[in-house]
Amino acid sequence: MLDLVAALFPPVLWTLIVIVGKIIAIFLPVLVVMAYLVYAERKVIGSMHLRKGPNVVGPLGLLQPFADGIKLFFKETVLPTNANRAIYLFAPMITFIVSLVVWAVIPFGDGLVLADINVGILYVFAVSSLGVYGVVMAGWASNSRYAFLGALRSAAQMVSYEVSIGLILVSVLLTAGSLNMSAIVRAQEGMWFVLPHLPLFVLFIASGLAETNRSPFDLPECESELVAGYNVEYSAMPFALFYLGEYINMLVVGAMTSILFLGGWLAPFGWTFLPGPVWFFAKVCLVMFIFIWVRATFPRYRYDQLMRLGWKVFLPFSLIWVVLTAGTLLALGRLPGQG
Amino acid sequence: MSTALIFYLFAGLTVASGAMVVSARNPVHSVLWLILCFFNTAGLFLLLGAEFLAMVLVIVYVGAVAVLFLFVVMMLDVNRAELRAGFLHYLPLGGLVGAVLLGELVTVAFAWNPTESTAALTRAPFPDPLQVTNTQALGRLIYTDYIFLFQTAGLILLVAMIGAILLTHRRRTGVRRQTIADQVDRSPRSVELRKVQSGRGL
Repeated sequence: MLDLVAALFPPVLWTLIVIVGKIIAIFLPVLVVMAYLVYAERKVIGSMHLRKGPNVVGPLGLLQPFADGIKLFFKETVLPTNANRAIYLFAPMITFIVSLVVWAVIPFGDGLVLADINVGILYVFAVSSLGVYGVVMAGWASNSRYAFLGALRSAAQMVSYEVSIGLILVSVLLTAGSLNMSAIVRAQEGMWFVLPHLPLFVLFIASGLAETNRSPFDLPECESELVAGYNVEYSAMPFALFYLGEYINMLVVGAMTSILFLGGWLAPFGWTFLPGPVWFFAKVCLVMFIFIWVRATFPRYRYDQLMRLGWKVFLPFSLIWVVLTAGTLLALGRLPGQG
Repeated sequence: MSTALIFYLFAGLTVASGAMVVSARNPVHSVLWLILCFFNTAGLFLLLGAEFLAMVLVIVYVGAVAVLFLFVVMMLDVNRAELRAGFLHYLPLGGLVGAVLLGELVTVAFAWNPTESTAALTRAPFPDPLQVTNTQALGRLIYTDYIFLFQTAGLILLVAMIGAILLTHRRRTGVRRQTIADQVDRSPRSVELRKVQSGRGL
């Protein structure tokens, strides 16, 4: 019997099955958390607006995300007549796939990571820079002016804020001395990087808001002037893929913030009675709450102000901070490769 | 075995998408094929164990350069009939340039004898990839061994950048601009602050 199993499953196939199992073990929780992120957003914004939020489907409205999902699933997929079909349908898939692929290198706990690669943070940066293609392709392929304008805005915005995110990452990497995500978390065992890099933490959250096209930087989908931006022509599942991709990207920013600044799976104040992944999840929830809070609080930026903020404020500041970090580390003799 | 298979997959896709870049009718499709080509090249780098280069290729070329390409090409209004009409007209010149480039490539590939110093450079020992990650190895090479050459290259790029800005930048008069400092400087008396009780409204 065992021989038969061994003959049917050669070792290569076996490792493949294990990897696929791990991928599903990451994929499903991410989707469930994402569904409840939408629910939490509606509830939190509701209570900030002194409303009740969703409360009809299921107890406390807890089944609302699933009702929404099923509704979108059974709607009709509309293809605009003049759309470029292949690219039109490919764009939402790119957005969705790119948002999921990032999770491969994110450590949920000590050693709990799918691929512990040396250049983990560069991988995240590379993959998240692809997100812009889904948006641009959608805007172009829909062959509609609103969608095209939304796509142009979004592309310019994402490219601009990526530059400052890159420089923020450089400062953190200098302090941690590694590009490996788990090593970055371990480097924070003495002190979380949010303390020495507090201004960068604020900058990173603001850039993350811009990068994920969230309020107050949600110009690409500015309802009042662009109807809904790049995804105005989409319906049913293609639209759902955009929606899923955006919210998963928010979670990615939350996970990155907690890994880079809030010590990832490390327990605060030595409270190790809860396991690492729980702390990690709590930190992601905290960042997500900030995201929602910001959405309920701030008015939308004007487009030229947004560009000014990115290039003339965030970029010089993070550049100066890189120099400061490097100088301080050099003076303390703690630069990577120095000690 | 499997590595060879993956290599042929990446290499085949690179060549195929490269061919599609030049043969696609729609320029936007060309750029998208180019992006696929970059991706497969990054895959080839990964197979070589050059993970840093692979990631930087994706970040720089796919994440920045190709986005700008796409930006420009999307907004171009290319008239295909006009392009086709000019095709025969430009064929002799284009063919000549192509032939010269091909000739040069062939010459380099078959008739190039490196001098002793160049050959010694290519034979120079490189750090053991098992001991030093290639990020560190590259960093040592660029920022320690060849720092002055690297900085000079950076300066040349800076000059080009300043030149480009200088050539294209112009200040128009009569444009109403926002001066943030003025707005922040506004006297606080022009705004009235009120405490609003929760649930009550004004």
